[in-house]
Amino acid sequence: MSLFNLRLSEVHDRLHHRDLSVRELVQASVARISETDAKIGAFLTLNEEGALAQAKAMDASGAAERGLLYGLPAGIKDNIVTEGLRTTCASQFLSNYDPIYDATVVEKLKAAQSVTMGKLNMDEFAMGGSNENSSFQLTRNPWDTERVPGGSSGGSAASVAAGQVYFSLGSDTGGSIRQPAAYCGIVGLKPTYGLVSRYGLVAFASSLDQIGPLTKNVEDSAYVLQAIAGHDKRDTTSANVEIPDYTAALTGDIKGLRIGVAKEYLGEGIDPQVKARVMEALKTFEALGAEWEEVSLPHTDYAIATYYLLASSEASSNLARFDGVRYGVRAEDPANLLDLYKKSRSEGFGPEVKRRIMLGTYALSSGYYDAYYKKAQQVRTLIKHDFDQAFERFDLIVGPTAPTTAFRIGEQVGDPLTMYLNDICTIPVSLAGVPAISVPCGLADGLPVGLQIIGKPFDESTVLRAAHAFEGMTEFHKLRPAL
Amino acid sequence: MSTVSPYETVVGLEVHVELHTKTKIFCGCETSFGASPNSHTCPVCLGHPGVLPVLNRQAVEYAMKAAMAINCEIADWCKFDRKNYFYPDSPKAYQISQYDEPIGSNGWIDIEVNGQSKRIGITRLHLEEDAGKLTHMDGGLGSLVDLNRVGTPLVEIVSEPDIRSPEEAKAYLEKLKAIMQYCDVSDVKMEEGSLRCDANVSIRPWGQEKFGTRTELKNMNSFRGVQRGLEYEVMRQSDVLDSGGKVVQETRRWDESQGKTFSMRSKEEAHDYRYFPDPDLVRVQIDAEWKERVRASIPELPDARQARYTQEYGLPSYDAGVITSSMKLADFFEESLKYTDDAKASANWIMGDLLGYLNANNLEIQQVPITGQGLGEMIQLIAKGTISSKIAKTVFKAMLESGKLPQQIVEEQGLVQISDEGAILTIVDRIVEANPQSVEDFRGGKDKAIGFLVGQIMKETKGKANPGLVNKLLMDRLKNS
Amino acid sequence: MSITTKDVEHVANLARLTLTEDEKEQFTGQLNAILKYAEKLNGLDTSGVEPTSHALPMSNVMREDAPKASLPIEKVLRNAPEAEDDQFKVPAVLE
Repeated sequence: MSLFNLRLSEVHDRLHHRDLSVRELVQASVARISETDAKIGAFLTLNEEGALAQAKAMDASGAAERGLLYGLPAGIKDNIVTEGLRTTCASQFLSNYDPIYDATVVEKLKAAQSVTMGKLNMDEFAMGGSNENSSFQLTRNPWDTERVPGGSSGGSAASVAAGQVYFSLGSDTGGSIRQPAAYCGIVGLKPTYGLVSRYGLVAFASSLDQIGPLTKNVEDSAYVLQAIAGHDKRDTTSANVEIPDYTAALTGDIKGLRIGVAKEYLGEGIDPQVKARVMEALKTFEALGAEWEEVSLPHTDYAIATYYLLASSEASSNLARFDGVRYGVRAEDPANLLDLYKKSRSEGFGPEVKRRIMLGTYALSSGYYDAYYKKAQQVRTLIKHDFDQAFERFDLIVGPTAPTTAFRIGEQVGDPLTMYLNDICTIPVSLAGVPAISVPCGLADGLPVGLQIIGKPFDESTVLRAAHAFEGMTEFHKLRPAL
Repeated sequence: MSTVSPYETVVGLEVHVELHTKTKIFCGCETSFGASPNSHTCPVCLGHPGVLPVLNRQAVEYAMKAAMAINCEIADWCKFDRKNYFYPDSPKAYQISQYDEPIGSNGWIDIEVNGQSKRIGITRLHLEEDAGKLTHMDGGLGSLVDLNRVGTPLVEIVSEPDIRSPEEAKAYLEKLKAIMQYCDVSDVKMEEGSLRCDANVSIRPWGQEKFGTRTELKNMNSFRGVQRGLEYEVMRQSDVLDSGGKVVQETRRWDESQGKTFSMRSKEEAHDYRYFPDPDLVRVQIDAEWKERVRASIPELPDARQARYTQEYGLPSYDAGVITSSMKLADFFEESLKYTDDAKASANWIMGDLLGYLNANNLEIQQVPITGQGLGEMIQLIAKGTISSKIAKTVFKAMLESGKLPQQIVEEQGLVQISDEGAILTIVDRIVEANPQSVEDFRGGKDKAIGFLVGQIMKETKGKANPGLVNKLLMDRLKNS
Repeated sequence: MSITTKDVEHVANLARLTLTEDEKEQFTGQLNAILKYAEKLNGLDTSGVEPTSHALPMSNVMREDAPKASLPIEKVLRNAPEAEDDQFKVPAVLE
C-alpha cells in the first residue's frame, strides 16, 4: 500500500517514532512521479533535487517543533508563484518566468513544513475545465487516460489521484478545484472568498479567485486548510476572521443538520447516473440523522453568462501586464513598441486566453460597461441573494459538483459555449463567494462522481464536518484508479 | 499685448501633485527622487504576476487634506478604478485611479490678477498612482524604463474652464502650489516633477457662449513655461481662426527651447481606457469623525494669513500677498516678529533686500541660512541705535550668507555705531581743522559744503558714527566757533 | 447587438493582440454566440439592484505609511528580456 494512503496522523506518528523518514516520503513521491507521469502529465516543473535536499535536512535536524504538514510531499498548481521554482501558468508567455517572491500560501506551506515536489499543469492562466488549454502538455485522468482530468486545476487533481503527492494546492475561480476533484475521485475544497490569501496567485478573475486544497480525504483537507487559511496584510480582500480548528469539527455527528438540495443543479442536462449517485448520497445523510429537502436557487440559469462577463472583463485587465517588458517571453525582432506588445502577446497566449481577453476587452470598452460588466455585477447580487435566502432555512446546500463525469479528450474542443455550460453547478457558488467541497460519492460507468457540499460564508467547519461524516459512512474515497 | 484680441481665451488646468508620503500608494517601497534606477521597486510596483495593492492610509489623508484646503466637498464613500492602457511606464498596463467617485469635488480657490480677485472653480480632486520614467537613448536605439516613480501617490486637481488668460493660469498655479505647501502634503517642486500641469485651451469670439474646440497642452515644466505655452497656443489658435481655418482637437506638446507647441501624433489614437472598479481593492468610507480629524490638521491657509497680516500688522494687501505666497516666507516673517514689534520694518526688509537677493540668485527662502530671529534682532539693533540703517544692509547681507545672528556679526566686524559724543567730537574737530576751505564755503552760505564734511567724518569712522549725532555736533561746532 | 469583424479588429488592437484572418473569423462567430447567450441577462430587471464587486462586503482596508525594503537590482532585472544601465529596455518610444 502506498505511503500516501496513510492518514496524516499515522504518517506523523511513524515519523515521530522514526519508522519513517521524510526522505522516504519524498523518495516515494519521486518514484511514483517517474512511474506514472509519462502517462498522466501532471507535472510541468519538478523540484526533485530541492525536495530531496530539504528532506535530508529535515531528517537530520529532527526538530521537536513540527509543522502541521511536516514532511508531506506536495504539488502546487503552476499559477501560484514559488521563488526559485519556475512558474508558468501553463503559458508559453511565462515559460521562462523565474519568480522573485513566494506566494503567501507558499510561505505558509514552508512554515507548515511540507515538501514541494514541483509545479502542476493547468489550463493556461486557469481558463478552462479540462487542462486541454495548457500550452505545454495534456494531463490525463488517472481513471481513464483517454479522458480529461477536469480543470483548470487538472494537474493538481490528477497528481493526488495518481498517488504522486500527498496533497496539492489548486485555485478555483468558477469550479477549478471542485470539478477536477470530482472527475478524479478526490476531495477538493474551495474556501470562502477571502479566507486564503490571493497574494502570489496569478490573477485570473480577482473578485472570484481562491486557493484551496486537493486531497484524498476530508481530514487531510481540513489539515491543509488549517495551514493555509488566515488573514494576510498583503491582500486587501483577505478576511480578518478568526480561524477555527477545522479538524476539531470532524466529529462525525451531523444529527439534525438541515440540508437543502439545489433543485436547479439536478435539472436538464444532468447525467442520470450522476443524479442517482447524488440521491443515494442523500440517503446516507438521512442515515446520519440529517434532514433534507429541495431548495430553489432561482437565478442559477443566469450564473454562467454573469460569470463569463465578470471573469473575462477582469482577466482582460489582469493579463495586460504580460507585455514583454519586465518578464516573460518577448517576441524576436519587434519593429517597434506596438509590435513588441502585439507579437509577444499573440505568440505567448493560446486561443482560449485570447478569446477571453477579447470578450472582456469588448465588454469593458466604451459604451458597453453598463450593459455588460455592471449588469453582471447586479445579477451577481441576485445570485448571492439566492444563497442568502437558502441559508436562512438550511445549514448546507448539496448537489452534484458537475453534471457529468469526465469527458473524452478533444470531445468539446472548438465549442467554448458548451464547455462553459459544464460549470453550471460550481459557478453560482463562486459568484456567491461561499465555501464548497467536492467529495467522491461513487462511480458512473467506472468514472468518479463528485458530491458538492456548499456552506455559509466562513463556515468551512460545517462543510468539512458533513463531508467527513459522509466519508465515514462510505468507501468511495478509498477507490483508487488502476494505473 | 497691445491690440485687443477678437477672441476670449478659455483655459482649464489639470494639475498633478505628488504627495510626499514616506512610501508608495500601494506598496512599502520608499518614494524617491533621484535614486539610482529601479532601486525603489518591489514585486508589487514592478507589476509581477500575482501581486496585490494595499492602500496607504496616509495618501488618503493627504488627498483629503488637499481637497479640503481647496474647498472641495469630501465624498462619504470613494473607490478605485483601473484605467487600462499599454505603455512601458505603466507596469500593470493599467493605472489605479478614481473614475466616477473622486475623493473631492466642487471646490474653488481665489486668485488675484492685477489687483482683481477672481474665483476659479475646481471640478474634482482624485487620488491615483504615478507612472515610471522613460529615457530615450540617442540615435533611436531604444528607450529605458525606470520604475522608481511608479506608485508615488498623486492627486489630480481638475479646474473648471474658468481661467481667462495665461496670467490667470499662472496665478492659479501659484495659489495652488502655496495651498499644497501650507497643507504640507507635497514638496510642490515643478522642476522635480512633484507638481505637473496640463492645460485645456480654447478661444471663442467675445460674447459667444459656446466653447471653441480645445487642444490639450502637455509638457509645461515651469510656471513660466505654463504662461508662455498658453500664450503661444492662444496666438496659434487665433491665427488659425483668423485665416479661416478650424482648430483641431488634439494633444500638443510645449517645446520650451523652441517656444512652440507641436501636435503629438502618438497620442491621437482614440483612447478607450475601459475603466472599471479595481477588484483587488475595497471601497473607502470616509466618516464624519475622520473628516473632522483631518480638517483639524489643516493650518491657516494663505488667504486667511494674508487677511490677518493686513488687519493685525497693517501691511498693504500686496505686501501681505507676496509674503504669504510662500509658507516658508510667511513663517520667516512671523518668526521675526517674536524678536521685534515692528512688523512693517520686517515686511520692508523681506520685500526689499530679502526677495531682491532670492530672486536675483533664483533661490527660495529655505535655501539660505538667514533666520527670522536674525531679522527681528537686527531691526531691534537699529531701533536701539546700536547700528545704523546703512550698516544694517551689511549685517543683513552677512546674515543671508552665514546665518549668524546680527549681534555676533556686529561684534565680529566691529560694526557698533559710535554714539559717544566725545569720540565723535574729537573727529569733528580734526576734520574741521583739516578742511578750512569747506568751513569757509559753509559760512559763505554754501550748504553743500556740510555734506562733504559729514562724508569725511563718516569715512574716518568707517560709517559707524551715529549720523544724527555727527550732524548735530558738526553744526554746533561750525556755529559756535 | 452583433459584433462585426471590424469590431473584433478594434478590440484586438485595444488588447494588443494580432489576430490571423482565421482567428478573426472564428472570434467573430464565437464572441457573437457568447454575447447572444449573455443577452439572457437583459431579461432580468435589475433596476435598483446594487452591483456586487466582492461576495463579502469589506471597506477601509489600508496600511500604515511604513517603509519596507525594496528589491536588490539583481532580482528586479532577473526576468528582463532586455536591460541596460539597470533599466528595462524597449524599442524607441516616439512622442
